[in-house]
Amino acid sequence: MNTQWMKTDVLIVGGGTAGTMAAIKAKQANPQGDVLILEKANIRRSGAIAMGMDGVNTAVIPGNSTPEQYVREITISNDGILNQKAVYQTGKLGFEVIQELESWGVKFQKDAQGEYDLKQVHRVGKYVLPMPEGKDLKQILTRQVKRHKARVTNRVMATRVLVKDGRAIGAVGFDVRNGDFVVIQAKAVVLCTGASGRLGLPASGYLYGTYENPTNAGDGYSMAYHAGAELTNIECFQINPLIKDYNGPACAYVASPFGAYTANAEGNRFISCDYWSGQMMLEVWKELNSGKGPVQLKMTHLDEDTIAEIETILWANERPSRGRFHEGRGENYRTHGVEMNISEIGLCSGHSASGVWVNEKAETTMPGLYAAGDMASVPHNYMIGAFVFGRLAGTNAVDYIADLEHIEPDAEFLEAEKTRIYAPMTRPNGVPHTQIEYKLRRLVNDYLQPPKVDNKMKIGLRNFERYQETLDLMGARDPHELMRCMEVHFIRDCAEMAARASLYRKESRWGLYHYRVEYPEKNNEEWFCHVNLKKDSSGEMFLFKRPVEPYIVDVDIETEVYDVAVR
Amino acid sequence: MALITQRVDVPVIVDESKCLEKCTACIEVCPLDVLAKNPETGKAYMKYDECWFCLPCEKECPTNAITVQIPFLLR
Ligand SMILES: Cc1cc2nc3c(=O)[nH]c(=O)nc-3n(C[C@H](O)[C@H](O)[C@H](O)COP(=O)(O)OP(=O)(O)OC[C@H]3O[C@@H](n4cnc5c(N)ncnc54)[C@H](O)[C@@H]3O)c2cc1C
Ligand code: SF4
Ligand code: SF4
Repeated sequence: MNTQWMKTDVLIVGGGTAGTMAAIKAKQANPQGDVLILEKANIRRSGAIAMGMDGVNTAVIPGNSTPEQYVREITISNDGILNQKAVYQTGKLGFEVIQELESWGVKFQKDAQGEYDLKQVHRVGKYVLPMPEGKDLKQILTRQVKRHKARVTNRVMATRVLVKDGRAIGAVGFDVRNGDFVVIQAKAVVLCTGASGRLGLPASGYLYGTYENPTNAGDGYSMAYHAGAELTNIECFQINPLIKDYNGPACAYVASPFGAYTANAEGNRFISCDYWSGQMMLEVWKELNSGKGPVQLKMTHLDEDTIAEIETILWANERPSRGRFHEGRGENYRTHGVEMNISEIGLCSGHSASGVWVNEKAETTMPGLYAAGDMASVPHNYMIGAFVFGRLAGTNAVDYIADLEHIEPDAEFLEAEKTRIYAPMTRPNGVPHTQIEYKLRRLVNDYLQPPKVDNKMKIGLRNFERYQETLDLMGARDPHELMRCMEVHFIRDCAEMAARASLYRKESRWGLYHYRVEYPEKNNEEWFCHVNLKKDSSGEMFLFKRPVEPYIVDVDIETEVYDVAVR
Repeated sequence: MALITQRVDVPVIVDESKCLEKCTACIEVCPLDVLAKNPETGKAYMKYDECWFCLPCEKECPTNAITVQIPFLLR
């Protein structure tokens, strides 16, 4: 097996939404500096926005809303647990991001007067900016990465961050096509590897039939953990209302401004707002359990032109195979509601709040290690939040490295990591990764899917701990299978974090995301705080309370409680 | 460990009569890296059943040789 050594100033792991922006911004901040994107897939079509986006979900555009209003909205949606200063950045810098994307050729919807055509989907403000022509977003970003002369290495998967003298000094991984061992030395590392999207098992049983792009298996959550950085809000799961079986967005964010709405089987509304929050998900869960389901996204009452317009958007962007899914079932928005289901669990700050702890500069708690996008802990951050934090990470990393030199990685660590990575290749007749992964994720469903039950989670935790040994049975026959095997390692780590954090917070919060049967009430007195976790010096997972940073926008969380139930 | 090979219905179908031997467009863009060339025929095929039915392969194929179906378990 060959070893490839690389050296760069700023290493960006994951060239998706946040990663491409981080690279561009790092090059803009210092065109002479060397920036390398390490990507498991190919940045041209990787990650959540591989086929573009239906719209910007969190656009704060002057004249329509203010960063303060946005921070207030997200504070209430996320039950008060957030770092407002970080969320404020998304509100403040999002507009510049949109303008810059536009200057690169990304198209956003405008009204007849040429103004941004914002829609209300959130409970109060207008933050949704449609992108009916958003399908080429990723190619446009790729072009800018090249134009800015950031280097790209595709098809290399990172497995660990290199740490020495208490700071991040690079990463290791392997080429998922030729199997080479890859070592990259860097002065700063930016993790942008997206969500933990393969945690629960979809009801269909298909391992890759997930909401998130299934390449995002929680890689960054696990790598940051092993590097020694803190993670937060892990118990605030991502659970989405999705097209049953298809497991993708229906998408109410697109269709509700046209008059579509979520209804029960009788066609009646039971929620007043389609914005995804834990409390909204709890209402969906209650409705499904009350015998009034199934729940549907209802469009049958809309006129032909409106439905045709919705179809053009939904079947060309983001998840364009939605159209053929409905067609295959002989269903149509004109005649059928879209049957919705509650997804399996995942971890994703883009939609809920779980992630590697970052402050308003995209710094993690480990010097030299930055995080952005779905894996960084800024709640409800969506696509624009990923761009904003990519931008902050890229720019701040360049500042940080000004007087730094490269540090040689520890030879012993590299040897040990090499052995760990290639172990499945020494067992070509070992248990296939598909079976090992299926069982692990089925256990996640059995024991962690809310409502969360104390004893069940404890059994789950025992299973996940024991699963370390099960991983040692896994066999791979080529570098591609090896990639999937190493992803299962990441999934196991995320499952253990999810169980421990959920057991630690002894209250209910965020609606269905952290609904605990034994502690059904919210308890601000004891639990108005983050639950953080990290690897302690003995290698154990250590959990602790971290106070919520002082608010910069006043919100009285006792009286201003998120509630969209129609009663 | 004793292993067997099982048959599965895969979502991606390649029309071999349209697939160009020198092209690798679909293979390069797939985020899951599940497409490959058959070394004997030079034609693309789905090597691993790990598909997000996301469609870049279909979209970037210069000859419309690819059809992505919704994976059977979800269809
Ligand atoms: C189906 C869907 C619909 C959505 N709709 C909207 C919407 O309409 N509006 C909106 O604002 N937001 C939407 N979002 C959310 C938004 O897309 C995400 O929040 C955002 O794109 C996340 O960016 P990211 O950079 O964190 O992740 P990604 O863009 O997914 O990038 C992660 C990258 O890391 C790479 N990677 C992963 N692991 C490794 C590793 N170990 N080594 C190297 N590379 C690795 C991946 O291949 C990928 O390229 C949607 C998300 C999904 C999944
Ligand atoms: S649909 Fe997506 S995941 Fe499936 S083969 Fe094509 S590019 Fe790959
Ligand atoms: S993109 Fe089309 S022509 Fe090119 S290899 Fe794939 S199937 Fe063949």
